[in-house]
Amino acid sequence: MSVLNARIPEGPLAQKWTNYKDHQKLVNPANKRKLDVIIVGTGLAGASAAASLGEMGFNVKNFTIQDSPRRAHSIAAQGGINAAKNYPNDGDSVFRLFYDTIKGGDYRAREANVYRLAEVSNSIIDQCVAQGVPFAREYGGLLDNRSFGGAQVSRTFYAKGQTGQQLLLGAYQALMRQVNAGTVKMYTRTELVDIVIVDGKARGIIARDLVTGELQRHFGHAVVLATGGYGNAFFLSTNAMGSNGSAAVKAFHKGAFFANPCMAQIHPTCIPVHGEFQSKLTLMSESLRNDGRIWVPAKKEDAEAIRAGKLKPTQIAEEDRDYYLERRYPAFGNLVPRDVASRAAKERCDAGYGVGTGLAVYLDFKSSIERLGKNVIEARYGNLFQMYEKIVDENPYETPMMIYPAIHYTMGGIWVDYELQTTIPGLFAAGEANFSDHGANRLGASALMQGLADGYFVLPYTIQNYLADDIRTPRMSTEEKEFVEAEKAVKSRFEKLMSIKGNRSVDSLHKELGLVMWDFVGMGRNKKGLQHAIERIAEIKKEFWSNVRIPGDIKGMNIELEKANRLADFIEIGDLMARDALNREESCGGHFREEYQTGEGEALRQDDKFAFVSCWQYKGDDAEPVLHKENLVYESVKMVQRNYK
Amino acid sequence: MEKTINLTLKIWRQNGPKEKGRFETYKVNNISTDSSFLEMMDILNEQLINENKEPVAFDHDCREGICGMCSLYINGRPHGPDDDVTTCQLHMRKFKDGETVTIEPWRAAAFPVIKDLIVDRNAFDKIIAAGGYVSVSTGGVPDANAIPISKIDADESMDSASCIGCGACVAACKNSSAMLFVSAKVSQLALLPQGRVEAKRRAKAMVAKMDELGFGGCTNTGACEVECPKNISITNIARLNREYLKARFAE
Repeated sequence: MSVLNARIPEGPLAQKWTNYKDHQKLVNPANKRKLDVIIVGTGLAGASAAASLGEMGFNVKNFTIQDSPRRAHSIAAQGGINAAKNYPNDGDSVFRLFYDTIKGGDYRAREANVYRLAEVSNSIIDQCVAQGVPFAREYGGLLDNRSFGGAQVSRTFYAKGQTGQQLLLGAYQALMRQVNAGTVKMYTRTELVDIVIVDGKARGIIARDLVTGELQRHFGHAVVLATGGYGNAFFLSTNAMGSNGSAAVKAFHKGAFFANPCMAQIHPTCIPVHGEFQSKLTLMSESLRNDGRIWVPAKKEDAEAIRAGKLKPTQIAEEDRDYYLERRYPAFGNLVPRDVASRAAKERCDAGYGVGTGLAVYLDFKSSIERLGKNVIEARYGNLFQMYEKIVDENPYETPMMIYPAIHYTMGGIWVDYELQTTIPGLFAAGEANFSDHGANRLGASALMQGLADGYFVLPYTIQNYLADDIRTPRMSTEEKEFVEAEKAVKSRFEKLMSIKGNRSVDSLHKELGLVMWDFVGMGRNKKGLQHAIERIAEIKKEFWSNVRIPGDIKGMNIELEKANRLADFIEIGDLMARDALNREESCGGHFREEYQTGEGEALRQDDKFAFVSCWQYKGDDAEPVLHKENLVYESVKMVQRNYK
Repeated sequence: MEKTINLTLKIWRQNGPKEKGRFETYKVNNISTDSSFLEMMDILNEQLINENKEPVAFDHDCREGICGMCSLYINGRPHGPDDDVTTCQLHMRKFKDGETVTIEPWRAAAFPVIKDLIVDRNAFDKIIAAGGYVSVSTGGVPDANAIPISKIDADESMDSASCIGCGACVAACKNSSAMLFVSAKVSQLALLPQGRVEAKRRAKAMVAKMDELGFGGCTNTGACEVECPKNISITNIARLNREYLKARFAE
């Protein structure tokens, strides 16, 4: 019997969430005021949870490392949010959204969670419209939809190319309304640095004020981590510079299991790397694949001439272009899921057909502009085209965009049960920080859906169910020994970092880690490479702890110290990702082991051996983590080879 | 093709809100014109760290022009010499070899300096908390398509909603007025039936909070609109004035 219990409610799939809500425990209004909930993070999941729990009457403390909750990286999501509304009357339903998400995730997600996600998706759209989110509309005044990868229906709601911004601002405004009402207290420029466990339950956090450098102790009857993903382990990613996996590592160290760490999404349409000074990669929304066609030259000599600057893409005749996604996947064409599109781009570039630096393919709008007119394309994607032009200095209305895959999202994360509770009682994880809904690959426009589903419509129920047993627990003094000891440990870690006084900057070490990750734990992985990566990461860890240089003082604002603290955790995550990828001897979704592919180069799952969630348990700094398995049982769908042809 | 330039940087350094600040001069060489302005700052900081000096503190995060975190007053302009971009999207191809570039924080009484080029923009959150929302709680709302909204209104609302809260409008204004920021939120919500219900209360509450926090008044110079990286129009200010007057007359 596994130590893991996903606590999935009884009953048929479509009834599980209703059954749960009908039988969960409630907390009366007078008691809610006496219960403190700490929420770390203010992205879609964190802000929506904080606002909702505040509205219900709980006493919420909400933390962000940014200067304002509105800066969280959810803001950068471009394309849209899925929901099973079926407004376009194209045959969508809750079951279809559920099915597409399970299939898109290559059958490595938990059925019950994904069904619930699809079920609450419609309420999210209703909620956001009521908040004043200005979604795109048709001339009749009703909401417009667009298509995204991995689906044959149009179920994606959007607000220009700024959907994440508008949804986050909606949640942020709901949150600020609660700040004004006094139910939520906001802590900005404050970072979680440890989780406090009392009698086996999460009871608070140690936080660091990033302006003064001072450590703070905070008590909470429950703690929610909504701290996003860990894609920045790769240094170059589409994540914001400050996005980090430290909260997840703290939870891991305190006993929470880390699930599927190797499941990272490589997004197919990002602006390619252009130099070693590069600090981040910019995403071009997947929505562009609605109207853009992806191609490379069909002839190697044309590709070579383009790379040498002797030919322009517009000079390549139609018959000399290889629209490789349309060729390989006629049913889905340019709208295949992200993992499939990314690997196909890598395959063409590795074969010598890449453009630009050789690591780029074209995304071309010529035929759409001819068909729909420049105005329509501008209305749909104007801000993305402008962003591209500012960065690359080329006009995508006239010449095709150059794109290449980049790390974008992490499906893996802290293991949670059906209630979004980790293996530590009272510690919950929401949004990208947990592992739950996307399996081995996330479909486009599903991250926004999941973040808001967790925050608006799941946690408010499940946290209440947990806290109902806690109404007799008085607020704890932060002078208790567990808080004092946790703070002491954090203090010594920061002092240790400052005392190294070595010769390498944090960024130089982070870039070194990133290259190892990209080369060996990236789009194509194999046994030898992963073993090499684990060795290299151990060397980088040693180098970091003996040779990092952090100027300045432990007191006051010290950005290098913040970065060093996060990099130490990224190194651990990198190791965990490589270990998990090595262990998972199959290809599924974003995890592609070169040893396991079909004759046509498609991912080959090993369902008999690997239809489980890998859950890693921390065993100490010098010990190897231990693997536990949550077996995935599919009752409503049949596991089949994904086919987008 | 890649080109590189050498620059002299005059950068504002300040240890804390109450400390006295000063300009320091630095040189950076061989900066690729394809790199972004903040990547140039990264290179400077790497240089300073290697010299065992403290790097320059500046705010930044998404580096794709949407989070509103980056600021910087570059050669006398918020977000620098390019139009319609934030500092993180500004590229070095906009600068000439040998040029001296002056980099300062936002200057406004309501945005005190925290360190070097980082300022405290918490005042914007306080203005939103005062009323920049529709008062609906989670759950119990009508179907999303229950109220049709004309595409024209929805699009105009979206344009106002594009504000990223960076504060360039305040930094650009000689009065340090926050009118463009406030009016963008008031307009976005006033244009939609969902926000119409509370329009009067919202306009009054947000303006009162803005005045209380020490932002100046609007004298219609239009500098905010010119410097706004997201092209927020000053017609929003006209709408705010209308909403505000309506609210006062209704008293």
